[in-house]
Amino acid sequence: MIAALVWRNAFRHKLRTLLTVTGLTVAVLAFGLLSTVVDAWYAGAESASAARLVTRNAISLVFPLPLAYKNKIRAVDGVRDITTSNWFGGVYKEPKNFFPQFAVEAESYLRLYPEYVLDDDERRAFLRDRRGAIVGSRLAATYGFKVGDIVALKGTIFPGPWEFVVRGIYRGGKPNTDVSQMVFHWDYVNETITKRIPRRANQVGVFVVAIDPERAAEVSLAIDKEFKNSAYETLTETEKAFQLGFVSMTEAIVVAIRIVSYLVIAIILAVMANTMAMTVRERTAEYATLKALGFGPGFVAALIFGESLAIAAVGGVLGIAATFPVAQIFGAAMGSLFPVFLVSPETVGLQLLCSLAVGFLAALLPARRAARVNIVEGLRSVG
Amino acid sequence: MNDPVVALADIAKSYRRGGQAVPVLTCLSFTIAAGEFLALMGPSGSGKSTLLNLIAGIDRPDSGRLVVAGQDIGRLAEAELADWRARHVGFIFQFYNLMPVLSARENVELPLLLKNLPVAERRRRAGDALAMVGLADRLEHRPAELSGGQQQRVAIARALIADPTLIVADEPTGDLDRESADDILKLLQRLNAELGKTVIMVTHDPHAAGHAHAIMHLEKGELSGREAVGSGAGGG
Ligand SMILES: Nc1ncnc2c1ncn2[C@@H]1O[C@H](COP(=O)(O)OP(=O)(O)OP(=O)(O)O)[C@@H](O)[C@H]1O
Ligand SMILES: [Mg+2]
Repeated sequence: MIAALVWRNAFRHKLRTLLTVTGLTVAVLAFGLLSTVVDAWYAGAESASAARLVTRNAISLVFPLPLAYKNKIRAVDGVRDITTSNWFGGVYKEPKNFFPQFAVEAESYLRLYPEYVLDDDERRAFLRDRRGAIVGSRLAATYGFKVGDIVALKGTIFPGPWEFVVRGIYRGGKPNTDVSQMVFHWDYVNETITKRIPRRANQVGVFVVAIDPERAAEVSLAIDKEFKNSAYETLTETEKAFQLGFVSMTEAIVVAIRIVSYLVIAIILAVMANTMAMTVRERTAEYATLKALGFGPGFVAALIFGESLAIAAVGGVLGIAATFPVAQIFGAAMGSLFPVFLVSPETVGLQLLCSLAVGFLAALLPARRAARVNIVEGLRSVG
Repeated sequence: MNDPVVALADIAKSYRRGGQAVPVLTCLSFTIAAGEFLALMGPSGSGKSTLLNLIAGIDRPDSGRLVVAGQDIGRLAEAELADWRARHVGFIFQFYNLMPVLSARENVELPLLLKNLPVAERRRRAGDALAMVGLADRLEHRPAELSGGQQQRVAIARALIADPTLIVADEPTGDLDRESADDILKLLQRLNAELGKTVIMVTHDPHAAGHAHAIMHLEKGELSGREAVGSGAGGG
């Protein structure tokens, strides 16, 4: 019966509660989307494998490393496998059609990235065709790429026109695998660029090194030591650290998004607190009556907390429920800008926590006020 | 001879208004015997409600001794006083003060939440109390679906449900038409006569006061007279 009292009180002013619940739903939804955006930002780092190191030029990523380093790195104790990867940076039709392209040493690359799942015949077709490329399922869906299509790119880092043939469409082995990339043969790129600009022959963007995760620090140091005082010193770090290096360049934006997401919650808290204060003020006589009948201040406060939490929970649950479909639409609309746009369990947990915190905090002062209401004065407030 | 249910000695009460103390009750002393039906009359602002609130334990005197239902209620802490009210006092208000979102039965059940009773027992008792006030067929109605007189009858059932020692009613018929008012007054008489409840009722209406055993007059915070009604027994 107490639950009935709380619940019916919560929905006594239908319009007011509807507006509050709507506000909460929208706020929780906005919070969820924003925090999914932040997650998407870090998705590359999150999906990074602890069993991979990235070796790059110590001065800057813009500078390449000699291909000759490959065998030297492979010889370092603890290195299990190695591949090369180059950021290609080509433009597909228009600059706004951005998606990552990598020129790689295909066979070893697919060995090191088992999360890029390919059918066997597509894999063979890709490895056989020097102009072949594979594209992620999401990328394929965005631009309608099909096996056999020719994708023309305008080179930027590697100047000139380029054409690649889609030989396979890879799927993600894990939910957070980036399936919006395009991968093709470095051999082909290297050969072509050597003809166009001879001095750029045999240059590699980064080496990706497979290791035993427990030996990450040790092997990194060993690789960098190998090239100390050479013409091209290296910097080796875990794949995650490497990815975070990109994200940190845009950290300020992420911080801004985080702040906005909590501001949204703060605003809805203010709205909710106002609703509860108004409600409690209107019901002063009822709370005074309950106290006259012998109910303690704790009971009265509990009614108000219960009511506020009930409203917050309804808004929160609706907001969380709305987050999934809206995130899907949002993620699709963002295309390959956010290769992975998934609502994480942490986000849902935070949404729930925020809703309940809003419910609790909004009730704090009104509950205190109602619990302390003077019976005689409260009863006199009857209209 | 009955023991007094209410005994006041040198009770004073004043309110602060704009930093100044305005005396409302000055040095009141009297008793009310168990089983009495007392009407409290007096001009507006004479302190009737204030006095009733003190007796009912929802307000505290500035000085004096106040023994109600065998308890010196001036000495009770807030929580003890709340417990004491739940056990000993049934409230009837001018504007009924029912919970709008609860049905008649739930409103009547409300005070029983403070007792350790099984749900079925609570419901049964609430049903009985509503039957006693003639509302057996209105159990599931919300207050808004009831007339003023019916709402006040629900309030009476609620005042009765926990079997209190005394019932306090502040202008219980003040908002009702003559006919409904008569129903309520007859009910109060029944509570008094059949269930032996001591009833203290504040009223402006001499007709209503005529239903009591005795009438006490209050003027400017002082007792100005006490008379028996008809053949009803006078109080000490
Ligand atoms: N909380 C309060 N603060 C200030 N003054 C008060 C307060 N409560 C009562 N008073 C004053 O005390 C006096 C007595 O009030 P009380 O309500 O007891 O009168 P009453 O006899 O019940 O009047 P009525 O017949 O109009 O109900 C009045 O002058 C009133 O203004
Ligand atoms: Mg009054």
